[in-house]
Amino acid sequence: MTTPDVPTLLDDMAEQARHYLKTHGIAAPIVVGIHSGGVWIAEHLRERLGVERPLGRLDISFYRDDFSRIGMHPQVRPSELPEDLDGEHVLLVDDVLYSGRTIRAALNELFDYGRPASVTLAVLVERDGRELPIAAAIVGAHMELGKTEQIKLRGPEPLRLERVTIDPEDLKA
Amino acid sequence: MTETQIAHPGARLPEPGPLPNRLQLTDDGQLRHMLTIEGLNRELLTEILDTAESFANMNEKAVKKVPLLRGKTIVNLFFEASTRTRTTFELAAKRLSADVLNVNIDTSSAVKGESLLDTLRNIEAMNVDMFVVRHEESGAAHFIARHVAPGISVLNAGDGRHAHPTQALLDMFTIRRHKGDFTKLKVAIVGDILHSRVARSQIHALNILQTGEVRVVAPCSLLPSNVDQLGVHVYNDLDAGLKDVDVIIMLRLQRERMEHAHLPSEHEYYQLFGLTSRRLQLAHPTCLVMHPGPANRGVEIESAVADGPHSVILEQVTYGISVRMAVMSMVMGAHQA
Repeated sequence: MTTPDVPTLLDDMAEQARHYLKTHGIAAPIVVGIHSGGVWIAEHLRERLGVERPLGRLDISFYRDDFSRIGMHPQVRPSELPEDLDGEHVLLVDDVLYSGRTIRAALNELFDYGRPASVTLAVLVERDGRELPIAAAIVGAHMELGKTEQIKLRGPEPLRLERVTIDPEDLKA
Repeated sequence: MTETQIAHPGARLPEPGPLPNRLQLTDDGQLRHMLTIEGLNRELLTEILDTAESFANMNEKAVKKVPLLRGKTIVNLFFEASTRTRTTFELAAKRLSADVLNVNIDTSSAVKGESLLDTLRNIEAMNVDMFVVRHEESGAAHFIARHVAPGISVLNAGDGRHAHPTQALLDMFTIRRHKGDFTKLKVAIVGDILHSRVARSQIHALNILQTGEVRVVAPCSLLPSNVDQLGVHVYNDLDAGLKDVDVIIMLRLQRERMEHAHLPSEHEYYQLFGLTSRRLQLAHPTCLVMHPGPANRGVEIESAVADGPHSVILEQVTYGISVRMAVMSMVMGAHQA
């Protein structure tokens, strides 16, 4: 099955983001990506939008709500937020929006760094299966997938989306 | 958990408990307890250091806390006095959002004759998740790990003369931050090797991380007789031992354990084995000076060196928190998997 072309989605996201920032009167947002796919998308988006402020990177492993079930993620990278978030407009970027739990964790982590004026969510792919009241303002593609299907972003070069079927046994983990 | 109390020249280092790794690792190789560095592999040590690296950045945050161990209870079970180690374990636990209970056994049950196992069972009954144990007897942490309920982790915060694994890990973390690759480094550990659980853990860690050359520098009376089995180069002369080294780790002269006259006097020790500014010049120009603290100034180290530009002694304290956070979160995670 074919998946959408990532550069095309990025162009479309940049267009939506420009419109969003303009209508909301945001001149200079801080772009923050969630490890690892979100950081790749955030880098491209930041470039397309001509944002000069340095990119922020979040690793939300320490904020996950499933630590008590699955334990420590083996490869945690440090989060890097080069600028103070107090009073700033944050454009939070991830690759796939699914249950919404990653975004919940990311919001918690962001707020441990400061009190942003606003946080806007941009995702490459939004799929069905939300478990929390979280929605993206900027969406590259919307997809309906079965419970045993996942969409993964492979990268960093070239970026491409891959549809994978998961073993129903793994869903129990 | 018996230890020979003979502390004279030629005394052997206490033997580790049988098969410590069967105790401290899960079946799939994850860290469940942290009892000793011995027997761990390079991948696991590197994973601990990498995890600590992500915690080390936390000081940039307005809220210096992560919710990882929220709802967990960690008990500092200290049978031996300690300020620095206990404080950093406590801070590490709090920065992981765990609840911390400090139990100082000296002042409570031990004097009433309660056995170690009784104490353990009582605290266990309060549904705790982790014990951080310091004890004057070698093997105490192993003993507790063998007897705790499944699901509880034990961290060794120093047992007798046997091991102090988190201290060695924070030392490795400090070295790695400054020097990167271990394989090209010459590291000298100087001082009371015989009585030092820190030295023993450091030697294991340095060798597991494939350090280029590990030296121990001490008078014969402060070296264990089986020192040759530790995989180190032995020097009895400080000047020779410091030649071209990249890292100098000074050990504390354990005055409280020196009742059996290993040395003529502290003054003479300083003359022969004290790290002075003059001696520091024998080492590599970018050499690091480390000390697990608290330092006896004018006994093993000159004040000017302890406070000088080569010293990373205070950084060691800061990194101790990150390293302990890494170990705590990894052992708690291993139970869940």
